[in-house]
Amino acid sequence: MHSVTPVRTYVLIWVVLTIMTFVTYGVAQIDLGPFNIVIALAIAAFKMTLVIWFFMHVRTDSPLTKLFVFAGFFWMAILFVFTLGDYVSRAWMPGGKFW
Amino acid sequence: MSTVLQDPQTTETPNYLNAEYGWKSWLLTTDHKRIALLYLISISVMFALGGVFAMLIRVELLTPEGDLVNSDTYNKLFTMHGVVMVFFFLVPSIPATLGNFLIPMMIGAKDLAFPRINLLSWYIYVAGALFAIAAIVMGGVDTGWTFYTPFSSTYSNTFVITAAVGVFISGFSSITTGLNFIVTIHKMRAPGMTWGRLPLFVWANYATSLIQVLGTPVVAITLALLALERGFHIGIFDPAIGGDPILFQHMFWFYSHPAVYIMILPGMGVISEVVPCFSRKGIFGYSFIAASSLGIAIVGFLVWGHHLFVTGMSMYAGLYFSLLSMLVAVPSAIKVFNWTATMYRGSISYATPMLYAFGFIGLFTIGGLTGLFLATLGVDVHLTDTYFVIAHFHYVMVGGMVVAYLGGLHFWWPKITGRMYPEGWGKFSALLVFVGFNVTFFPQFITGYLGQPRRYHAYAPEFQVLNVMSTAGASILALGYIIPLIYFIWSLRYGKPAGNNPWGATGLEWTTQSPPTTFNFDVTPIVTEEAYAYAKHEEAHVG
Repeated sequence: MHSVTPVRTYVLIWVVLTIMTFVTYGVAQIDLGPFNIVIALAIAAFKMTLVIWFFMHVRTDSPLTKLFVFAGFFWMAILFVFTLGDYVSRAWMPGGKFW
Repeated sequence: MSTVLQDPQTTETPNYLNAEYGWKSWLLTTDHKRIALLYLISISVMFALGGVFAMLIRVELLTPEGDLVNSDTYNKLFTMHGVVMVFFFLVPSIPATLGNFLIPMMIGAKDLAFPRINLLSWYIYVAGALFAIAAIVMGGVDTGWTFYTPFSSTYSNTFVITAAVGVFISGFSSITTGLNFIVTIHKMRAPGMTWGRLPLFVWANYATSLIQVLGTPVVAITLALLALERGFHIGIFDPAIGGDPILFQHMFWFYSHPAVYIMILPGMGVISEVVPCFSRKGIFGYSFIAASSLGIAIVGFLVWGHHLFVTGMSMYAGLYFSLLSMLVAVPSAIKVFNWTATMYRGSISYATPMLYAFGFIGLFTIGGLTGLFLATLGVDVHLTDTYFVIAHFHYVMVGGMVVAYLGGLHFWWPKITGRMYPEGWGKFSALLVFVGFNVTFFPQFITGYLGQPRRYHAYAPEFQVLNVMSTAGASILALGYIIPLIYFIWSLRYGKPAGNNPWGATGLEWTTQSPPTTFNFDVTPIVTEEAYAYAKHEEAHVG
């Protein structure tokens, strides 16, 4: 049922993951202000996607599996977006003509 | 020819109850029906325990003075009532008992997809319940069932971690049950049992399972973080050590509001089965009811902030949470209208399960509509933490879910046990539950609106009459629960043999014998008609 992924692919993904680990370290040496966290999280998310897609075989699995994997992350995004929506706007004070 | 007459008790056909004997045959069983009964017994014990706490609360509130228990004990009483009832009764109630028993039968399968995981889920549940009971025995918890920080993480001197561990563990039981249902419904439907032909009880449990799988991990993480802060002073929620208490509320309610739909959706599934059967009509708007279950499951995840309106959350967040909370009323209303339309011009009979269904529709509607009051920002400021809130969610949880659970138990009792319960007593206790419930909780809308705060053992003297009504109603309600317990046990031995299909209901579970054999069906059924084809069957019967 599952197609066999060549070993070459796994090695390639492993190499990319290793490189990205060094990139994370390298970027951390430079102070980018508020973008420090953004870059670090973006690299982490990219690495995570590679692991799920290739090592966890989601790439070759059924659309239903893909849907459930996506749903898991989508639900986590709901938690993050709405919670941060509160945090970001908590200090906003009503003012101006609108109010 | 008296020798021809046979005693039905001695000539029972082989079934799941008499297939094996001995305690091992129960505690090591992988039969979904036996596991359902294990759950039924366990959650009934927890329900009784939670009920005892409820009665103690109501007896204390007979008088305005805090005279029966002191305020600390009272805090523990309502906390343990909430923890036990929510996590150890309401969440597992219908899915783990009726769902476990019926879902494989309704889709024409021999068992759930993972029978051993199903048994494991029961053991996990029991382990969690034992932790909760340990917390009670050691001295209780006083944080409220919501475990709000920083009180729970820093200041409470009670057994918070023990109780939280119990809830944490039982969550895995919920996740494994949900996972089992999802895989079973996707993979094990009989030939011809398309998604469009699934009984609505299965749809409702499918939607519930999605919430269980997607939401429960978050409350597990939240309670783990709470334990870390309490045990190791890692600052996550307590502002004194760099945390944010509102973060706890966001994370807690991200699960616990959808958990309300874990509790009510399966109840809606039961009503969708009972109403067409006792109206002798196909369900009105099948696809709308099925879709509204999924709609509730999805939109239910977007509304948790309405529990935080007055706790310091951004008012802009309040705006969109308020709007989204209004939206969840739409799929709920779709169901209520469709059940009502199903009854329209139906041939309605007033059997016990149908009486419970009537009760559910009325009480759930009141519970749902008062939810809209609370979703309205300005009104909520006035009503937060008053008895209005207590009345509102008891109308949904007890008036909705417990009534549906009892209705479902009565509806499928003949299938589960092969015996009928006494119909007269059934109707009488259904009436007691309805009257007792309303007498208990309707006055609380009034006292709450007038300003009686929740979670105090003393109150202003002008609220006494309504509180005495509440306590009197709770006594009637308790009687309404005890009578079915007695006659259900009585019926196991003395009830009339039920036959395979005493209600003339459609659905695969009614095509097998009562009680069913271990593997449900001798031959895998082939489904050739839509669900609830009552009109067709009635025509065949008449013509």
